[in-house]
Amino acid sequence: MRYAYYPGCSLKGTGKAYEESLLSVFRTLGVELHEIEDWNCCGATSYSSVHNSAAFALAARNLALAEPLRMDLVAPCAACYLVLEKTKRYIRNHPHLDERVRRGLQAAGLRYEGNVRVRHPLDVLVNDVGLDAVRAKVKRPLDGLAVAPYYGCQVVRPYSTFDHQTYPVLMDRLLEAAGAKVVRYPLKTKCCGGSLTGTQPDVGVRLAWFLIREAKKRGADVIATLCPLCHFNLDSYQDKIARTCEKVSVPTVYFTQLLGLAFGHSEKSLGLHRNIVSAHAALASRSLATAG
Amino acid sequence: MEHRADEPRIGVYVCHCGSNIAGKVRVAAVAEAAALLPGVVVSRDSKYMCSDPGQEMIQQDIREHALNRIVVASCSPLLHEETFRKATERGGLNPYFFQMVNLREHDSWVHEDADAATEKAVDLVRAAVRRVRFHRALEKTEVPVHPDVLVVGGGIAGIHAALTLADAGKRVYLVEREPTIGGHMARFDKTFPTLDCAACILTPKMSSVKAHPNITLWTYSDVTSVSGYVGNFKVVVRRRPRYVREDLCVGCLECIDACVYKEGRVPDEFNAGLGKRKPIYIPFPQATPQVVVVDPASCIRVKTGKCKSTCVEACDRDAIVFDQKEEIREIEVGAIVVATGFETFDAARIPQYGLGVYDDVYTSLQVERMVNSSGPTLGEVRLKNGSTPRSIGIIHCVGSRDQKTNRWCSRVCCMYSLKLAHLLKEHTGAQVYNFYIDIRAAGKGYEEFFDRLREEGVNFIRGRVAEITDWTMTPEEEGRLVIRVEDTLAGFVRRIPVDMVVLAVGLEPAHDAQEVRRVLNIGCSNEGFFMERHPKLAPVETFTEGIFLAGCCQGPKDIPDTVAQAGAAAAAALALVDAGRVELEPNTACVVDEACSGCKTCVALCPYTAISHDRERGKAAVNGALCKGCGTCVAACPSGAIRQNLFEDDQIFGEIEGVLVHA
Repeated sequence: MRYAYYPGCSLKGTGKAYEESLLSVFRTLGVELHEIEDWNCCGATSYSSVHNSAAFALAARNLALAEPLRMDLVAPCAACYLVLEKTKRYIRNHPHLDERVRRGLQAAGLRYEGNVRVRHPLDVLVNDVGLDAVRAKVKRPLDGLAVAPYYGCQVVRPYSTFDHQTYPVLMDRLLEAAGAKVVRYPLKTKCCGGSLTGTQPDVGVRLAWFLIREAKKRGADVIATLCPLCHFNLDSYQDKIARTCEKVSVPTVYFTQLLGLAFGHSEKSLGLHRNIVSAHAALASRSLATAG
Repeated sequence: MEHRADEPRIGVYVCHCGSNIAGKVRVAAVAEAAALLPGVVVSRDSKYMCSDPGQEMIQQDIREHALNRIVVASCSPLLHEETFRKATERGGLNPYFFQMVNLREHDSWVHEDADAATEKAVDLVRAAVRRVRFHRALEKTEVPVHPDVLVVGGGIAGIHAALTLADAGKRVYLVEREPTIGGHMARFDKTFPTLDCAACILTPKMSSVKAHPNITLWTYSDVTSVSGYVGNFKVVVRRRPRYVREDLCVGCLECIDACVYKEGRVPDEFNAGLGKRKPIYIPFPQATPQVVVVDPASCIRVKTGKCKSTCVEACDRDAIVFDQKEEIREIEVGAIVVATGFETFDAARIPQYGLGVYDDVYTSLQVERMVNSSGPTLGEVRLKNGSTPRSIGIIHCVGSRDQKTNRWCSRVCCMYSLKLAHLLKEHTGAQVYNFYIDIRAAGKGYEEFFDRLREEGVNFIRGRVAEITDWTMTPEEEGRLVIRVEDTLAGFVRRIPVDMVVLAVGLEPAHDAQEVRRVLNIGCSNEGFFMERHPKLAPVETFTEGIFLAGCCQGPKDIPDTVAQAGAAAAAALALVDAGRVELEPNTACVVDEACSGCKTCVALCPYTAISHDRERGKAAVNGALCKGCGTCVAACPSGAIRQNLFEDDQIFGEIEGVLVHA
């Protein structure tokens, strides 16, 4: 199985642990990723509010770079995933926009024909690799580890390409395949605070607090995320939450880190040491911590 | 003035259809262009060709101008072909010297550009003018109509239709697939807006069905095939074994007490899954027929053959017979009333509403059973923990008016939600909240009922509910179900904690509606409900002559509308069978003996088994009464030996030339 790979900025920065764990999990499962050359910022949510067609052209440049590889394009960051998917659809459905983007790309000597399929790693793992193949690679089942599966909003909304829009379940199934105990977590697609943690911290941090508090209440040892921004908001503000809301703490990990642990990789190789709120103690309490 | 009989003298009439056609097509220009076509003697445009003056104009022109061919360019032939054929006939011509052009559905309604639409109209008219010169005089044939009627489905629609027909002296077969008739209505507690008890008004009608000398009632049975044609349908009915002899069982229920299962094991379908029943059971006390049934999926005896069969011993009438086999019955009927009903939306398709996840989330049908005094809780409304709810939320439009599930309004949910709100308040004294998009209370006494509910202190919050969750934010919410909703009147998001949630599920086509549709050879609209012939003017007819629709199989409707439609369907069926004879369209295929080689290719291909092979003459022969004029045989015949009336080669080539040749 081969895929083109668009890491986006987060996976090279704040979400480095996501990239490290994703690459090692995919390697174990025999999934090849080919990072597209000279990729650029996806524009995230902010650029389209500043300049709509330029934002689409910016994102389309990545699609144009990926198209000649003739492989599905894996975008692990939920924001990148959504922006690329949205760009594809907007170009397809709005001829006026398509024309402007086409001219923009042409100026850079590029063209995009509309043939790139954008995939999230969760989709690839469940629908292409398959739960049986995942199960077959599990060396150290995550026995007893209670996980709150947190999807955030962008992977399933507004386009529910591979899972339910308000009540997705595929990460639940995947973590169960790795042996984890998935707790029922009705906040699985509630807002993490998004960029409000920076712009309106009172509001944003409060939203993150709800998620952590409820995970704790439901007995979760860790919260599993699949989006670098969700991870950042849940992992980085727990001291602020303790100061302004409530003293409550649950470590946040990427779902790929949990899979990696089940496959027998070390905490370090999965980037678990990069967490602000360390998951080591939680993992140790279930005898899942590794040396190094 | 004398004219040679074979010289075509064509009259062309272009209809405005008010602004339907004239709004896009320049009809006067079309009529002018048609006037120049070879053979056209008269060409006119008119505001409404289907009106009396329009039809009169055709008749007068035939007489005055010795016309022998008529072309009307107006709407779909489905709507008015018959109208204009009759006008042609009244003018003194054979009605098949008429050809229709569809300028509305095929042109003005689907095009934007007036020039192009006008040009297309001229092309289509030219095609018809070229075609109609090759038309021949045809005669309709008459066949006798079988006087019996089949009603499929024994809910309130089928019951009402069957009784109406039987009371008129017709022999009726009523086929129901469940072990009892009564349908959904038998499960309702009260009916809106009058709050009369559903069972009290339904069960007497059920008994009448059973007792009626003109009705043959077959429950636990399916219609497996329908062949033939209007007035002469051959129907095969499969009667599944219920392992109980209907002629012997008196419904004493001793066998149920004697079953080796001391308690119910299987979720009770009649009670919408609330409560359990045994493998041998009767759906409800007033079931009709009053005969128990053995569920083969859960009965040990049926499944394994090994059981003490205490039920058999308990029956002193020897009515329980485990070697009962399915029976196939073949009947002939003249007309069929389809009343196969609906299913409720499966609310588990909206996982954020928590059906099956949270204990105290129920569907409206479950609550109907819960408040019913003969239901599984004997009318007690209790939470799973045994306590009485202090607050209840009713969520409207679950699986209705929703782009993600079903887009249509199910029409009954607003009113039944109001009814349930009233009943729940009456039973529990709880605070009741209705979460609605719009209240649709269109019906006699419906708006007044809504007023009454508001006076009773039921709360109404306008907004589609986002989710039902046990995620709590305050001590007050702890241990309760929180309804999150944007209150679109107040303009903010609310969290309302309640003890019990009722999901007002919408109405859907039955899961096997497509199969039923194929068996009956009738159409359905996009969402899967069966399609009436015309939404306004033929609401109970289908596109298959002799088959009529009643009740929710045609679309969601409440009990008054269902009964009204069932009466209309019965009347339409009655009109057909009472006439005793029916005319058949002559657009059938016929074999040209000289060209037929007797290869039998056509025999196997005919979907209506209308073609047989005459062994003596070595030729194929078409039964005109069975032939539906589909043309399959005509296209397939390797020797070109089959012709089809109204679709003959010169007619079709004439039409094609007319479109292609600008002359």
